[in-house]
Amino acid sequence: MTAETETPANVQPNPLAEFWFYFSQNTGAVIGLVVIVTITLVALFADVVAPHDPVLQNRDALLVPPVWQNDGNWRYLLGTDDIGRDMLSRIIHGARLSMMIGAIVVSLSLVVGIAIGLIAGFAGGLVDAAIMRAMDMMLALPPLLLAIVVAAILGPGLINVVFAVAIVAIPHYARLTRASVMSELSRDYVTASRVAGAGTLRLALVVVLPNCLAPLIVQATLSFSNAILDAASLGFLGLGAQPPTPEWGTMLSSSLQFLQRAPWVVTFPGLAILITVLAFNLLGDGLRDALDPKLKR
Amino acid sequence: MLRFLLTRVSLVVPTFFGLTLLTFFMIHLIPGDPVEFLAGERGVSPERHAELMARFGLDRPLWEQYVGYIGNLLTGDFGTSIKTRTSVLDEFLALFPATVELSLCAMLIAVAIGLPAGILAAVRRGSVFDHSVMAASLTGYSMPIFWWGLILILVFSVELGLTPVSGRISVFYWVEPVTGFLLIDSLLSDESGAFASAVHHLVLPSLVLSTIPLAVVARMTRSAMLEVLGEDYIRTARAKGLGPGRVIGLHALRNALIPVITVIGLQVGMLFAGAILTETIFAWPGIGKWLVESIHRRDYPALQGGILLVASTVILVNLTVDLLYGLLNPRIRRT
Repeated sequence: MTAETETPANVQPNPLAEFWFYFSQNTGAVIGLVVIVTITLVALFADVVAPHDPVLQNRDALLVPPVWQNDGNWRYLLGTDDIGRDMLSRIIHGARLSMMIGAIVVSLSLVVGIAIGLIAGFAGGLVDAAIMRAMDMMLALPPLLLAIVVAAILGPGLINVVFAVAIVAIPHYARLTRASVMSELSRDYVTASRVAGAGTLRLALVVVLPNCLAPLIVQATLSFSNAILDAASLGFLGLGAQPPTPEWGTMLSSSLQFLQRAPWVVTFPGLAILITVLAFNLLGDGLRDALDPKLKR
Repeated sequence: MLRFLLTRVSLVVPTFFGLTLLTFFMIHLIPGDPVEFLAGERGVSPERHAELMARFGLDRPLWEQYVGYIGNLLTGDFGTSIKTRTSVLDEFLALFPATVELSLCAMLIAVAIGLPAGILAAVRRGSVFDHSVMAASLTGYSMPIFWWGLILILVFSVELGLTPVSGRISVFYWVEPVTGFLLIDSLLSDESGAFASAVHHLVLPSLVLSTIPLAVVARMTRSAMLEVLGEDYIRTARAKGLGPGRVIGLHALRNALIPVITVIGLQVGMLFAGAILTETIFAWPGIGKWLVESIHRRDYPALQGGILLVASTVILVNLTVDLLYGLLNPRIRRT
């Protein structure tokens, strides 16, 4: 990769290679990326990787401690929970759920947020003011509180959690898109394509939007971690995925009473959440640095 | 300045009314009705059901309920809790100090540790200390605080036996509520040991709640300091021969603090969200725990009033921060 950066000054470097050059200098970001790729692979192949069925109960192996403790058992590397389910398998399947929640939440809120932001930015005037006031209103509520309200309205459940967390994330994308659109609209290339006869839709989606993507990508990565964290919090409060679904937050709350007797049933799901969220935040920071032209020079 | 003040304040009014609209209709979309919930598994006869719906005003058209609600709000009536039959505002005000006390302590911890850590990290950019601060703050920012709270309970309460597991004060003390802030009330009362007990109970929850704000404050302080330290006037100050303490403490810090104060103000919303989780873990009798319980028992009016009051508090704090920002940074006033 470094060879490509040694091109003569008058040759434009490949933008992807240039991006990778700046990105790979950030050790934390690369670690984050590796962790995310690993978790994604584990999530995709959960059925193959997991040693046991995540909801299969074994009455002969209740609250078995992890393998490195006394009475640990090689059959259950991370131990079992109160009804004899394998912790490792549940965490692996939980990874699938969390990654799915993150992916759906980010796609949903990204699409809706971009649409709202484009409308506000292009329409301007009263429409813009009305939309932005509504977005400010949503931002005035603490995100978790708003997600709790939405989850309470829709009822507990995994799909409703996805909607709740997605709705909460929309204003961020809408504001970000609008701000970028506003600054791009005054540029010459926009005027040029307008003069060339581009319609508003083409102008919005083909001409302007690609130039607004950098901050949106960063925001998407960071809100991926927020989505996982919020979904787990809702699960913990009993408003998210319901047992026996192996969602990390739900796992934590349903084994709370065993905190003293069997700390591992609480420790590992939480650690899984922390590692995943941290990886996405590392990646997001790295992307921001690599995509921000100000920091390159 | 007056114009700036008026513009900012006038922006808050429609936000507030929009919020009432939002909470009102949102809450009415919740499945299941409160009368059925109160009746529980025994069920309730259709006549009695209709009678109860009428008594709570739940049988009138939605818009009529909304207009009534707004009218009541303007006279300070935020509804009556269906479960406890007491005024939502009274209930909120009784629990609010507990949340404020917890949040203030958390913010205090966040600023007391985050600010110096951020400054030092910026001054020693690239050092081991800088890297540790950044790593710690990113970890803190990624922390699922409900899990963090449990881990701290496990270590400090269960293993080491240093702190109590839940509540605000030991059951052996009875403290007359004067201000609602137990730290103050326990000092005012003549119960010896009450204050120590209150502090004991407060330590762990406020540590947990401070985790994310602490991370944010440290990161923000560091980046604000780095930006300021590269400015020309800092070089001038150094060139004049001022000592590093004076340059950093006086010239740099004063300018770096402006964005930091804004961020601290904006953390208030985060604190309320964090308080919901923290209070649930530590059985802290505050607004967050109350809201979650209201959801579980489908207490519409309590939820409606509670969310509105919390959101209003957040809006007012944000407004204050905005105005303070204008006061500190004259350039802002003209935009």
